[in-house]
Amino acid sequence: MHLAYPAVLSALLFCTGLYGVLARRNAILVLMSVELMLNAVNLNLVAFDVWLSRAAQETLHSGQALTLFTIAIAAAEIGIGLAIVLAVYRNRGTSDIDKLRDTAEGPETGGPDSSEAEKAEATA
Amino acid sequence: MRLASSLNPAAAQHGFLSPTGVEIAFLLVGLVTFGAALVTVTTRQLVHAALWLVVALGGLAVEYLLLTAEFIAWVQVLIYVGSVVVLLLFGLMLTKAPIGRSPDADSGNRWAALTVAVAAAVALVWVVVDAFRATWIDLDGPPAGTTRVTGESLFRHWVLPFEALSVLLLAALVGAIVLSRKATADADASGPTAGPTAGAAAGPGATSGPKATADTPVARPGEKEGAR
Repeated sequence: MHLAYPAVLSALLFCTGLYGVLARRNAILVLMSVELMLNAVNLNLVAFDVWLSRAAQETLHSGQALTLFTIAIAAAEIGIGLAIVLAVYRNRGTSDIDKLRDTAEGPETGGPDSSEAEKAEATA
Repeated sequence: MRLASSLNPAAAQHGFLSPTGVEIAFLLVGLVTFGAALVTVTTRQLVHAALWLVVALGGLAVEYLLLTAEFIAWVQVLIYVGSVVVLLLFGLMLTKAPIGRSPDADSGNRWAALTVAVAAAVALVWVVVDAFRATWIDLDGPPAGTTRVTGESLFRHWVLPFEALSVLLLAALVGAIVLSRKATADADASGPTAGPTAGAAAGPGATSGPKATADTPVARPGEKEGAR
Protein backbone atom coordinates (compact mmCIF):
# COMPACT_ATOMS: atom_id res chain seq x y z
CA MET A 1 0.00 0.00 0.00
CA HIS A 2 1.25 3.44 -0.82
CA LEU A 3 2.13 5.29 2.35
CA ALA A 4 0.46 8.42 1.03
CA TYR A 5 -3.02 6.95 1.45
CA PRO A 6 -3.05 6.77 5.28
CA ALA A 7 -0.92 9.89 5.58
CA VAL A 8 -3.27 11.98 3.43
CA LEU A 9 -6.35 10.60 5.17
CA SER A 10 -4.79 11.42 8.52
CA ALA A 11 -3.99 14.98 7.41
CA LEU A 12 -7.52 15.50 6.13
CA LEU A 13 -9.07 14.15 9.33
CA PHE A 14 -6.81 16.36 11.40
CA CYS A 15 -7.86 19.44 9.48
CA THR A 16 -11.51 18.45 9.80
CA GLY A 17 -11.04 18.29 13.54
CA LEU A 18 -9.22 21.62 13.43
CA TYR A 19 -12.17 23.21 11.68
CA GLY A 20 -14.53 21.73 14.26
CA VAL A 21 -12.49 23.01 17.19
CA LEU A 22 -12.38 26.50 15.73
CA ALA A 23 -15.92 26.74 14.39
CA ARG A 24 -18.10 24.93 16.89
CA ARG A 25 -19.85 26.73 19.69
CA ASN A 26 -21.03 23.91 21.94
CA ALA A 27 -18.26 22.64 24.21
CA ILE A 28 -19.20 19.00 23.69
CA LEU A 29 -18.94 19.40 19.91
CA VAL A 30 -15.49 20.88 20.45
CA LEU A 31 -14.57 17.77 22.44
CA MET A 32 -15.80 15.60 19.55
CA SER A 33 -13.54 17.52 17.18
CA VAL A 34 -10.62 17.01 19.54
CA GLU A 35 -11.33 13.29 19.37
CA LEU A 36 -11.17 13.47 15.58
CA MET A 37 -7.76 15.14 15.75
CA LEU A 38 -6.45 12.53 18.17
CA ASN A 39 -7.67 9.77 15.89
CA ALA A 40 -5.90 11.33 12.93
CA VAL A 41 -2.67 11.22 14.90
CA ASN A 42 -3.37 7.60 15.82
CA LEU A 43 -3.80 6.64 12.18
CA ASN A 44 -0.49 8.27 11.36
CA LEU A 45 1.25 6.43 14.18
CA VAL A 46 -0.16 3.06 13.13
CA ALA A 47 0.65 3.53 9.44
CA PHE A 48 4.24 4.57 10.08
CA ASP A 49 4.69 1.79 12.61
CA VAL A 50 3.57 -0.81 10.09
CA TRP A 51 5.87 0.70 7.47
CA LEU A 52 8.86 0.78 9.82
CA SER A 53 8.26 -2.70 11.17
CA ARG A 54 8.65 -3.94 7.60
CA ALA A 55 11.56 -1.75 6.64
CA ALA A 56 13.67 -2.19 9.76
CA GLN A 57 14.79 -5.41 11.35
CA GLU A 58 14.60 -4.37 14.97
CA THR A 59 11.60 -2.38 16.03
CA LEU A 60 10.08 -1.57 19.36
CA HIS A 61 6.61 -1.12 17.83
CA SER A 62 6.68 2.30 19.38
CA GLY A 63 3.96 3.53 17.04
CA GLN A 64 1.43 1.00 18.24
CA ALA A 65 2.44 1.43 21.88
CA LEU A 66 2.06 5.19 21.51
CA THR A 67 -1.32 4.66 19.86
CA LEU A 68 -2.51 2.65 22.84
CA PHE A 69 -1.24 5.33 25.19
CA THR A 70 -2.96 8.00 23.14
CA ILE A 71 -6.24 6.11 23.26
CA ALA A 72 -6.01 5.75 27.04
CA ILE A 73 -5.11 9.41 27.51
CA ALA A 74 -7.97 10.41 25.20
CA ALA A 75 -10.38 8.39 27.32
CA ALA A 76 -9.11 10.16 30.45
CA GLU A 77 -9.32 13.51 28.66
CA ILE A 78 -12.90 13.01 27.56
CA GLY A 79 -13.93 12.01 31.09
CA ILE A 80 -12.33 15.04 32.71
CA GLY A 81 -13.50 17.32 29.93
CA LEU A 82 -17.10 16.23 30.22
CA ALA A 83 -16.98 16.58 34.00
CA ILE A 84 -15.72 20.15 33.59
CA VAL A 85 -18.37 20.90 30.95
CA LEU A 86 -21.09 19.56 33.24
CA ALA A 87 -19.80 21.62 36.16
CA VAL A 88 -19.78 24.73 33.97
CA TYR A 89 -23.28 23.93 32.77
CA ARG A 90 -24.53 23.59 36.33
CA ASN A 91 -22.98 26.89 37.33
CA ARG A 92 -23.86 28.92 34.27
CA GLY A 93 -26.75 27.15 32.59
CA THR A 94 -24.94 27.04 29.25
CA SER A 95 -22.17 25.13 27.58
CA ASP A 96 -21.57 27.60 24.75
CA ILE A 97 -17.93 28.53 24.78
CA ASP A 98 -18.73 31.90 23.23
CA LYS A 99 -20.52 32.96 26.39
CA LEU A 100 -17.81 31.92 28.83
CA ARG A 101 -15.73 35.06 28.61
CA ASP A 102 -14.76 35.62 32.23
CA THR A 103 -11.04 35.34 31.68
CA ALA A 104 -11.15 37.32 28.45
CA GLU A 105 -9.00 40.40 28.27
CA GLY A 106 -9.87 43.32 26.13
CA PRO A 107 -12.18 46.27 25.80
CA GLU A 108 -15.37 44.58 26.94
CA THR A 109 -15.57 44.04 30.66
CA GLY A 110 -18.48 41.94 31.74
CA GLY A 111 -20.66 44.29 33.77
CA PRO A 112 -23.50 42.17 35.18
CA ASP A 113 -21.55 39.01 34.55
CA SER A 114 -18.63 39.72 36.85
CA SER A 115 -20.44 39.15 40.14
CA GLU A 116 -21.80 35.90 38.82
CA ALA A 117 -18.31 34.91 37.73
CA GLU A 118 -16.93 35.54 41.19
CA LYS A 119 -19.70 33.49 42.70
CA ALA A 120 -19.00 30.66 40.29
CA GLU A 121 -15.32 30.84 41.09
CA ALA A 122 -16.09 30.66 44.76
CA THR A 123 -18.27 27.62 44.35
CA ALA A 124 -16.09 25.80 41.86
CA MET B 1 20.27 -0.62 5.54
CA ARG B 2 17.31 -2.75 4.69
CA LEU B 3 15.28 0.42 4.92
CA ALA B 4 17.28 2.03 2.15
CA SER B 5 17.29 -1.10 0.04
CA SER B 6 13.56 -1.59 0.36
CA LEU B 7 12.71 1.83 -0.97
CA ASN B 8 14.04 1.80 -4.50
CA PRO B 9 13.04 -1.68 -5.69
CA ALA B 10 9.67 -1.14 -4.08
CA ALA B 11 9.16 1.98 -6.12
CA ALA B 12 9.93 0.11 -9.28
CA GLN B 13 7.28 -2.54 -8.92
CA HIS B 14 4.41 -0.40 -7.72
CA GLY B 15 2.46 2.22 -9.52
CA PHE B 16 -0.28 4.70 -9.00
CA LEU B 17 -2.25 3.35 -11.91
CA SER B 18 -2.35 -0.21 -10.66
CA PRO B 19 -3.75 -0.05 -7.15
CA THR B 20 -4.05 -3.22 -5.20
CA GLY B 21 -7.28 -4.42 -3.65
CA VAL B 22 -6.17 -3.28 -0.21
CA GLU B 23 -5.55 0.20 -1.56
CA ILE B 24 -8.98 0.37 -3.15
CA ALA B 25 -10.63 -0.82 0.06
CA PHE B 26 -8.57 1.67 2.06
CA LEU B 27 -9.61 4.46 -0.29
CA LEU B 28 -13.31 3.63 -0.11
CA VAL B 29 -13.36 3.28 3.67
CA GLY B 30 -11.27 6.44 3.90
CA LEU B 31 -13.83 8.34 1.84
CA VAL B 32 -16.61 7.15 4.14
CA THR B 33 -14.56 8.09 7.19
CA PHE B 34 -13.70 11.53 5.89
CA GLY B 35 -17.30 12.19 4.86
CA ALA B 36 -18.57 11.15 8.27
CA ALA B 37 -16.00 13.40 9.93
CA LEU B 38 -17.11 16.31 7.74
CA VAL B 39 -20.75 15.74 8.68
CA THR B 40 -19.73 15.50 12.33
CA VAL B 41 -18.21 18.95 12.33
CA THR B 42 -20.82 20.61 10.13
CA THR B 43 -24.22 19.21 11.13
CA ARG B 44 -26.54 21.36 13.15
CA GLN B 45 -28.15 18.49 15.01
CA LEU B 46 -26.03 17.76 18.03
CA VAL B 47 -27.03 14.14 18.55
CA HIS B 48 -26.47 13.40 14.88
CA ALA B 49 -22.94 14.75 15.24
CA ALA B 50 -22.24 12.14 17.92
CA LEU B 51 -23.74 9.39 15.79
CA TRP B 52 -21.72 10.38 12.73
CA LEU B 53 -18.67 10.34 14.96
CA VAL B 54 -19.41 6.65 15.50
CA VAL B 55 -19.22 6.12 11.73
CA ALA B 56 -15.93 8.00 11.50
CA LEU B 57 -14.33 6.12 14.38
CA GLY B 58 -15.60 2.77 13.13
CA GLY B 59 -14.19 3.55 9.70
CA LEU B 60 -10.85 4.26 11.32
CA ALA B 61 -11.03 0.87 13.03
CA VAL B 62 -11.49 -0.74 9.60
CA GLU B 63 -8.47 1.21 8.36
CA TYR B 64 -6.43 -0.20 11.23
CA LEU B 65 -7.55 -3.68 10.23
CA LEU B 66 -6.47 -3.00 6.64
CA LEU B 67 -3.09 -1.88 7.97
CA THR B 68 -2.85 -5.26 9.82
CA ALA B 69 -2.96 -3.61 13.24
CA GLU B 70 -5.80 -5.69 14.54
CA PHE B 71 -5.28 -5.20 18.26
CA ILE B 72 -5.44 -1.42 17.84
CA ALA B 73 -8.57 -1.87 15.75
CA TRP B 74 -10.41 -3.75 18.46
CA VAL B 75 -9.20 -1.37 21.14
CA GLN B 76 -10.52 1.44 18.97
CA VAL B 77 -13.91 -0.24 18.69
CA LEU B 78 -14.09 -0.99 22.40
CA ILE B 79 -12.92 2.32 23.77
CA TYR B 80 -13.96 4.91 21.22
CA VAL B 81 -17.13 3.51 19.76
CA GLY B 82 -18.07 1.78 22.98
CA SER B 83 -17.37 4.26 25.69
CA VAL B 84 -16.25 7.67 24.43
CA VAL B 85 -19.26 8.20 22.19
CA VAL B 86 -21.57 7.00 24.95
CA LEU B 87 -19.92 9.50 27.28
CA LEU B 88 -20.43 12.24 24.69
CA LEU B 89 -24.09 11.30 24.32
CA PHE B 90 -24.50 11.40 28.09
CA GLY B 91 -22.84 14.81 28.09
CA LEU B 92 -25.24 16.05 25.43
CA MET B 93 -28.14 14.69 27.44
CA LEU B 94 -27.03 16.16 30.75
CA THR B 95 -26.45 19.60 29.26
CA LYS B 96 -29.97 19.49 27.81
CA ALA B 97 -28.85 19.78 24.21
CA PRO B 98 -31.71 20.48 21.83
CA ILE B 99 -32.88 17.45 19.89
CA GLY B 100 -33.73 19.14 16.61
CA ARG B 101 -31.77 21.63 14.60
CA SER B 102 -29.96 24.22 16.65
CA PRO B 103 -29.10 27.24 14.52
CA ASP B 104 -26.32 28.39 16.83
CA ALA B 105 -24.22 25.25 16.64
CA ASP B 106 -21.54 27.12 14.72
CA SER B 107 -19.96 30.23 16.10
CA GLY B 108 -19.45 33.42 14.17
CA ASN B 109 -15.87 32.73 13.17
CA ARG B 110 -16.63 29.74 11.00
CA TRP B 111 -15.28 31.36 7.85
CA ALA B 112 -11.98 32.12 9.52
CA ALA B 113 -11.96 28.54 10.82
CA LEU B 114 -12.68 27.24 7.32
CA THR B 115 -9.83 29.30 5.90
CA VAL B 116 -7.40 28.04 8.53
CA ALA B 117 -8.50 24.43 8.09
CA VAL B 118 -8.32 24.48 4.29
CA ALA B 119 -4.92 26.16 4.35
CA ALA B 120 -3.63 23.61 6.86
CA ALA B 121 -5.08 20.74 4.81
CA VAL B 122 -3.50 21.96 1.59
CA ALA B 123 -0.13 22.49 3.23
CA LEU B 124 -0.14 19.16 5.06
CA VAL B 125 -1.32 17.12 2.08
CA TRP B 126 1.20 18.76 -0.20
CA VAL B 127 4.09 18.18 2.19
CA VAL B 128 3.08 14.61 2.99
CA VAL B 129 2.55 13.57 -0.62
CA ASP B 130 5.78 15.21 -1.66
CA ALA B 131 7.72 13.57 1.16
CA PHE B 132 6.40 10.02 0.81
CA ARG B 133 5.92 9.86 -2.92
CA ALA B 134 8.06 6.76 -3.37
CA THR B 135 7.28 4.93 -0.16
CA TRP B 136 5.25 1.76 -0.01
CA ILE B 137 4.05 -0.23 2.96
CA ASP B 138 4.63 -3.92 2.51
CA LEU B 139 1.49 -5.54 3.87
CA ASP B 140 2.42 -9.10 2.95
CA GLY B 141 3.87 -11.51 5.43
CA PRO B 142 2.93 -11.82 9.09
CA PRO B 143 0.72 -9.01 10.38
CA ALA B 144 2.52 -6.27 12.22
CA GLY B 145 -0.03 -5.65 14.93
CA THR B 146 -1.39 -8.90 16.24
CA THR B 147 -2.16 -9.18 19.92
CA ARG B 148 0.97 -11.25 20.39
CA VAL B 149 3.32 -8.75 18.77
CA THR B 150 1.72 -5.77 20.45
CA GLY B 151 1.68 -7.46 23.84
CA GLU B 152 5.30 -8.50 23.59
CA SER B 153 6.46 -5.01 22.67
CA LEU B 154 4.19 -3.43 25.25
CA PHE B 155 5.23 -5.59 28.18
CA ARG B 156 8.86 -5.95 27.19
CA HIS B 157 9.85 -2.44 26.20
CA TRP B 158 7.03 -0.22 27.40
CA VAL B 159 6.22 -1.55 30.86
CA LEU B 160 7.07 1.58 32.81
CA PRO B 161 4.98 3.97 30.66
CA PHE B 162 2.18 1.43 30.76
CA GLU B 163 2.13 1.36 34.54
CA ALA B 164 2.42 5.13 34.76
CA LEU B 165 -0.53 5.33 32.42
CA SER B 166 -2.64 3.19 34.74
CA VAL B 167 -1.88 5.60 37.57
CA LEU B 168 -2.89 8.48 35.31
CA LEU B 169 -6.15 6.75 34.43
CA LEU B 170 -6.92 6.21 38.09
CA ALA B 171 -6.18 9.84 38.85
CA ALA B 172 -8.42 10.92 35.98
CA LEU B 173 -11.29 8.74 37.18
CA VAL B 174 -11.04 10.00 40.73
CA GLY B 175 -10.75 13.55 39.42
CA ALA B 176 -13.86 13.21 37.29
CA ILE B 177 -15.82 11.84 40.23
CA VAL B 178 -14.62 14.62 42.51
CA LEU B 179 -15.43 17.28 39.92
CA SER B 180 -18.99 16.14 39.38
CA ARG B 181 -19.51 15.34 43.04
CA LYS B 182 -18.56 18.77 44.28
CA ALA B 183 -21.02 20.38 41.95
CA THR B 184 -23.81 18.12 43.14
CA ALA B 185 -22.98 18.78 46.78
CA ASP B 186 -23.10 22.51 46.24
CA ALA B 187 -26.21 22.59 44.10
CA ASP B 188 -27.95 19.77 45.87
CA ALA B 189 -31.45 20.80 44.89
CA SER B 190 -30.75 20.84 41.17
CA GLY B 191 -33.07 17.96 40.47
CA PRO B 192 -32.64 15.64 37.49
CA THR B 193 -29.13 16.65 36.53
CA ALA B 194 -27.89 15.65 39.94
CA GLY B 195 -29.54 12.26 39.73
CA PRO B 196 -27.19 10.03 37.69
CA THR B 197 -23.91 11.29 39.08
CA ALA B 198 -25.16 11.26 42.64
CA GLY B 199 -26.38 7.72 42.15
CA ALA B 200 -23.10 6.67 40.59
CA ALA B 201 -21.14 8.24 43.39
CA ALA B 202 -23.30 6.78 46.12
CA GLY B 203 -23.52 3.29 44.61
CA PRO B 204 -20.00 2.01 45.27
CA GLY B 205 -19.92 3.76 48.62
CA ALA B 206 -23.05 1.95 49.68
CA THR B 207 -21.70 -1.46 48.78
CA SER B 208 -18.49 -0.99 50.75
CA GLY B 209 -18.40 -1.38 54.49
CA PRO B 210 -19.14 2.05 55.93
CA LYS B 211 -22.52 3.52 55.27
CA ALA B 212 -22.55 6.14 52.56
CA THR B 213 -23.06 9.21 54.61
CA ALA B 214 -22.10 12.66 53.43
CA ASP B 215 -18.73 12.11 55.05
CA THR B 216 -16.26 12.38 52.18
CA PRO B 217 -13.21 10.76 53.85
CA VAL B 218 -15.27 7.69 54.60
CA ALA B 219 -16.85 7.44 51.19
CA ARG B 220 -13.71 8.08 49.21
CA PRO B 221 -12.14 4.58 49.32
CA GLY B 222 -15.39 3.12 48.15
CA GLU B 223 -15.39 5.49 45.19
CA LYS B 224 -11.95 4.41 44.16
CA GLU B 225 -13.01 0.80 44.27
CA GLY B 226 -15.96 1.54 42.10
CA ALA B 227 -13.88 3.58 39.71
CA ARG B 228 -11.64 0.65 39.00
